[in-house]
Amino acid sequence: MVHFQRWQAILVAAICLLGILFAAPNLLSTKDAEGLPGWLPQQQINLGLDLQGGSHLLLEVDLKTVLKEHVDSLADSIRRELRGARIRFAGLRASGTQVVFRVRKPEDTERARTLLLRTVGASTSGSLLGGGGPEVSIETESDGRFRVNLTETAIRSRQDQAIDQSVEVIRRRIDETGTLEPIIQRQGKDRILLQVPGLDDPERLKRLLGKTAKMTFHLTIGCATVPRDTKAPPGARILPSDDDPNIFHIVRKRIRVSGEDLIDAQATIGQQRGLPVVAFRFNSRGARRFGDVTKRNVDRCFAIVLDGKVISAPRIIQPILGGSGIITGGFTITTANELALLLRAGALPAPLKVLEERTVGASLGADSISAGQIASILGLVLVIVFMVIAYGRFGLMANIALTANMILIAGALTLLQATLTLPGIAGIVLTIGMAVDANVLIFERIREEARAGRPAISAVDAGYRRAITTIIDSNLTTFIAAMMLFFFGSGPVKGFAVTLSIGLATSMFSAIMITRFFVVWWLRRNRTKDLPL
Amino acid sequence: MALKLVPENVNIAFVKRRRYFFVLSAILFVLAIVSTFTQGLNFGIDFKGGILIEARTSGPADIAAMRTKLGGLGLGEVSLQEFGKPTDVLIRVEKQTGNEKAQIAAIDKIKAALGANVEYRRTEFVGPQVGRELIWAGFWAMVLALFGILVYVWFRFEWQFSVAAIVALSHDVFLTLGFFAALRLEFNLATVAAVLTVAGYSINDTVVVFDRVRENMRKYKKMPLPELMNKSINETLSRTVLTSVTTLLAVGALVVFGGQVIRDFSLALVWGVVIGTYSSICLAVPLLLYFNVRRDSSVPENVKDTATG
Repeated sequence: MVHFQRWQAILVAAICLLGILFAAPNLLSTKDAEGLPGWLPQQQINLGLDLQGGSHLLLEVDLKTVLKEHVDSLADSIRRELRGARIRFAGLRASGTQVVFRVRKPEDTERARTLLLRTVGASTSGSLLGGGGPEVSIETESDGRFRVNLTETAIRSRQDQAIDQSVEVIRRRIDETGTLEPIIQRQGKDRILLQVPGLDDPERLKRLLGKTAKMTFHLTIGCATVPRDTKAPPGARILPSDDDPNIFHIVRKRIRVSGEDLIDAQATIGQQRGLPVVAFRFNSRGARRFGDVTKRNVDRCFAIVLDGKVISAPRIIQPILGGSGIITGGFTITTANELALLLRAGALPAPLKVLEERTVGASLGADSISAGQIASILGLVLVIVFMVIAYGRFGLMANIALTANMILIAGALTLLQATLTLPGIAGIVLTIGMAVDANVLIFERIREEARAGRPAISAVDAGYRRAITTIIDSNLTTFIAAMMLFFFGSGPVKGFAVTLSIGLATSMFSAIMITRFFVVWWLRRNRTKDLPL
Repeated sequence: MALKLVPENVNIAFVKRRRYFFVLSAILFVLAIVSTFTQGLNFGIDFKGGILIEARTSGPADIAAMRTKLGGLGLGEVSLQEFGKPTDVLIRVEKQTGNEKAQIAAIDKIKAALGANVEYRRTEFVGPQVGRELIWAGFWAMVLALFGILVYVWFRFEWQFSVAAIVALSHDVFLTLGFFAALRLEFNLATVAAVLTVAGYSINDTVVVFDRVRENMRKYKKMPLPELMNKSINETLSRTVLTSVTTLLAVGALVVFGGQVIRDFSLALVWGVVIGTYSSICLAVPLLLYFNVRRDSSVPENVKDTATG
């Protein structure tokens, strides 16, 4: 314990040097750090949202809606196929994950079954790379009752798709706002974690995510608006206006053109009245359909429906053949911009629900950083002064190790790109207090050994030797608690667990290696018998 | 030249006075339980669900006027309190009935009611579903951490040590919970972290003394156990006190300068360090006497030295 091999000394020095190298960019501004020559580390500590400001949102994708839509469309296909084959049926409806109906004549059962197996049953789910299976399973009964079930695999793959697609659409929407580096992660079965740093208007973010933005174009029945309790004729629905929830339109169910065919949307100022409008452009399929509908229905009204609300239902004055048009409505510049953005980014496959939101303003984050800095520096100074008072020269050596420890923590956090949170800073401050513990253990042990009459070198040797197991035992138990925090904690608490664990590792290293290096060096220079401890 | 907080040949009869400590701990423990169950823990929105908004007004905040404004919104229980500065107000709104949409609508209503001259420093909302999950995660973190420590101490020492350590640790955990209940400090996710840190600190302290007990049991084969344990405590007392002081210095700096957001967290750490130190000395070691520790079954003598070689 009182021998330090040359390679050991070099290793300790090298680790400290690396620590300094990785920690140093944190002292620079982000811009200066990026300007460092390429061979130097440029990364800085990753600040958590509670320190840099930003929004953390936990979203849930409404998979029930996805499933319901899917079963509804399955029901539609079945209806179409049966009608096409002139098989008479009754009671066709979607319920849960199945479609049920009954063929009128039991002798049609086999024919219907083969037909459905060939058509709706033939499409497979799953990825292109396989792993798929049949989309549906069909059960029949002798009285002609049919139960067409979506299979487990079909349900799962549909849900997976919906989530992946949601992540993609969210990413596009956030990217459109020009926000830097959002983190969008799938979490668990039906959740998406969204972390957006440095956003000044979280409400806007929620507005952007609150709309599925499914846009469809429908013909209306009559151009007049109607009161709420109007009964819808077959094949039509009563939908509220987007501007005023008390105004309703009678809208035909059939979708003439859908938002999927849009290729661009921009907010502009309308030429006629100088109000904000959204100009859009279709792809060739959309343009053709749009042209057909407008050509055949001049003088009728054409409703633009977004998420079940009628944005506007203008009268078709002349055919629109170029594939582009404008949406007027009671837009402000902001709402026009947002609608354009949503249309460009595409529709979400299902509504999103915000389960959890944590938004921290930039000013609070900055306050927390400076409070954390003051507390760490003050804590460090207090401990350093105390160690000198308690252990004199040896305290100084422990303080060098403590300082090295701080640098190593900063370096490790930077290197691992772990996220530093406010509780994380608390973890570091706590480490300052506990880091000297290893040294205290060793020094107290050395004192005891010296008191027992051992000469200086032997006391130091025994002190280290005996204290080390205790140090390992005590640090490992704390480490167990930190691990549990890491696995079960979320967000900031995880950050606390990370800094605490890193602190434990670096403080053991600094106490056992760095302090010892100085103690040994001092012992060899002053071949004294009395330890100044 | 060096300061000695604890005199060199200190000999305080901790073990002899163990019954006083046990009674003291029992009283504190009962108080903590009573306080936790009668007053209840002041659960933050992390666990309860609900809305928390930290707002900063341009001048000193007129909390009464804000309370009237928000009280009229029909959002259920709304509480306002000054937060660190006269301009800062912490607004808590209970969980809204209905789904998550209702919560978000409530946030919008509050922001509309307070008007434009308010800066929103923090907006948090936790839905009931997530709240429930966080309670369970916190609970499991706590239980598994204690269990992990139990197993480790068992592995490194003997089961008697491990049981004594867990009794002392549970004492610390409950007293910390009681501290939160009695002072009405907010109990949130960060608090769970604080409680686990306290557990970590306390076990750290306990293990150091246990190590010495084990060492002395090999060294002094004939010494009666109570005397041996008291000797072990006194031998490590200087270290225990010094480390507690350095930790308290650092955590104290955190309480005073660390900012309002983590003040409760830091206070819990201060309390925990004091309680953890006390329980290691006055509970964990004396408790060993009641668990029939055997001298000969300790880890073989040479393991320690060869392990560090």
